[in-house]
Amino acid sequence: MRPLSSFGLRAALAAFVFLLAAPASLAQQPIKVGIVTFLSGPAAGPFGIPARNAAELTAELLNAGTVPAPYTQKGFGGTPIELVIIDEAGGPQKQVAEYRNLVPRVDIVIGYISSGDCLAIAPVAEEQKKLTVLFDCGTPRIFEDASYKHVFRTGPTGTMDNVSVALYLVERTPNVKSIAGLNQNYAWGQDSWADFENAMKTLKPGIEVKTSQMPKLFAGQFGAEITTLLGSGAEVIHSSMWGGDLEGLVLQGAPRGLFEKHKVVLSAGEPAINRLGTRIPDGTILGARGPFGPFAPDTDLARWLKTTYQDRYHVPPNYASFKMTQAILGVKAAYEKAKGSGNGAPDQDKIIAALENLAFEGPGGPVKMALGKGHQAIMDAAVGTTKVEGGELKIVDVARYSADKVNPPDGVKSEAWIKSGLKK
Amino acid sequence: MKAAIVAIASLVALTALALLSPQWLVFMAMLALAKGVVVLGLLVLMRTGLVSFGQGLYFGIGAYAAALLSHHLHVADAAVMLLAGAATAGLVAALLGLLLAGYRDIFFAMLSLAFSMILYGVLVKSAALGSTDGFNLHARTFFGVALAPGVERRVFLIAGAVCAVVVALLVHRLLGGHWGRLATGVRDNELRVAYLGASPYRVVYVNYLIAGAMAGLGGALAALAVGHVDPEMTYWTTSGEFVFIAILGGIQSILAPFMAATIFEALRTIASQYAPNVWQMSLGLAMLAIIMFLPAGLWTLAERRRRSA
Repeated sequence: MRPLSSFGLRAALAAFVFLLAAPASLAQQPIKVGIVTFLSGPAAGPFGIPARNAAELTAELLNAGTVPAPYTQKGFGGTPIELVIIDEAGGPQKQVAEYRNLVPRVDIVIGYISSGDCLAIAPVAEEQKKLTVLFDCGTPRIFEDASYKHVFRTGPTGTMDNVSVALYLVERTPNVKSIAGLNQNYAWGQDSWADFENAMKTLKPGIEVKTSQMPKLFAGQFGAEITTLLGSGAEVIHSSMWGGDLEGLVLQGAPRGLFEKHKVVLSAGEPAINRLGTRIPDGTILGARGPFGPFAPDTDLARWLKTTYQDRYHVPPNYASFKMTQAILGVKAAYEKAKGSGNGAPDQDKIIAALENLAFEGPGGPVKMALGKGHQAIMDAAVGTTKVEGGELKIVDVARYSADKVNPPDGVKSEAWIKSGLKK
Repeated sequence: MKAAIVAIASLVALTALALLSPQWLVFMAMLALAKGVVVLGLLVLMRTGLVSFGQGLYFGIGAYAAALLSHHLHVADAAVMLLAGAATAGLVAALLGLLLAGYRDIFFAMLSLAFSMILYGVLVKSAALGSTDGFNLHARTFFGVALAPGVERRVFLIAGAVCAVVVALLVHRLLGGHWGRLATGVRDNELRVAYLGASPYRVVYVNYLIAGAMAGLGGALAALAVGHVDPEMTYWTTSGEFVFIAILGGIQSILAPFMAATIFEALRTIASQYAPNVWQMSLGLAMLAIIMFLPAGLWTLAERRRRSA
């Protein structure tokens, strides 16, 4: 038997050699930033592609030096940046493989929308000693169950989404007596509902939970669940759905009066605005996983992102776009802080030291790397209510909550913090 | 004799790879080995004419068994994890096999798929196991010897190589002998085998058990390599991937699954890097080409060369 003579093995071997020979980055070359986001699959439409678009736009405009202050310097500290974009689809096992292949080719990795991918990548990043910035995934477990030197997350965790909508709800309907849930049966849906349920129980002791519906992910059809919810008599319905499932819920629930009979809270509903527009019924409470999209404060940076993004892609940037730009700007801020007034490129340890506990300005407002020993961002939260005015969907009655109020103190686990009364 | 030479040569080559190659290649080799072991198990099953679309069940059981050992019982020894993965999967296969060995064709395929999806459903609902997010595992020792962080994956690769070679030799012996011919007999004419006095049920049962235990071993190997387990490992797409690799390689040779798994991993990586927007399509086209031009798998290329030489 001569296995080496087979064509397939030869081709594979040639491919390996080719990969091995990929050029190492030299001092004068651009800074290579690996971007990992969903380019295919159900999460590509609402999150992955808007994030990729934001990454390409931000990199190009940073290199051109046209981003507003404090990011006017070209590239990272004067050195242009170059993106290497790969697809996040395929599950954590594939992502770990692709991450390991990506590491030798880039200087920094920014990416990951799925919490499962983030959890799998974090220990590998630590082992590979590669600065890795998670930009979107929501699970607080990453820095609550472990601590990392090389891993950061520049977006807030999912905890504050549900704490802020609970606060908003209790402020506006102080006599709320019952809640119900409709969430996708996977980690995100389960965690979101648990956070919301616990926050409501903390804020309104004795509140009644009528039902928690957990249809399977990407079920698309929610006829039975909507019937159950309509019959439950709950005053408030919470849903953390996204993508096609969220559209399904709105399009199937609205004609049946789900949104009229109940106060519906869509804790991650913002990306659906661009697709559904005025079909989202009035009075729906909407979150954007932070002060992003329509909740962004009126700053130069937010205006810059909104106008340049709208001009190029003909839709407004959603929260995934904001969070991607925020991650790139955060790394830029740390890079330039580490570089100081020197001429040479700062080494990775200096960038890491600069990013730890950093406070920087993102398109969604101030970001503080305050949790997880300075590796996890906190931000203000914003919640609003939908209203159609003049044929356009508007977000009205927007409430802002300071970052300290909707995030646990460092070292306290989110779940315990919510259950123990949201105290500082 | 020839098998022993190939085995020793593979072992030497893999050990050299484990010691000399960069980390990412070590990782890819380990993943290819893990999948190769699962597909070799599938090949044993395919010899009886049965295709399982549910090997993800045992792959997942092996991985979760290894991970739970480290996570809940704080047994962080790689050797124990590998054994536990194979043993747990073998145990479950021994139970389910009692039922499945009575089915053939599409019924067998669908029933095996159904069992894997039940486990997927259970894992997704169990918040304690991290639901869809899964959880990390850390193997810190091997046979009680503590490993330095940089070295551990290289040691795991060598351990994986030893496992794979031993398993491959056993399968080679099994299929080359009486049992292998009996399995082919069951595939070709089951009634006749029964008339000759052998039990097709027993042949299918034992082969199913072997395939299950091997998938468990592969799952534990993959879990060690990745350092994270999640329900995706039991999802039907994972099971489909194993069938894909089996078809890619063909079922004529013991080496074909390992070769095909390596090519599959390389193909996927290259596609992901150079065509990030259409990597799935690249894989699909490769599959299409194989089915059209090499219906008996890539191994036919090696066979052709040997015959002409």
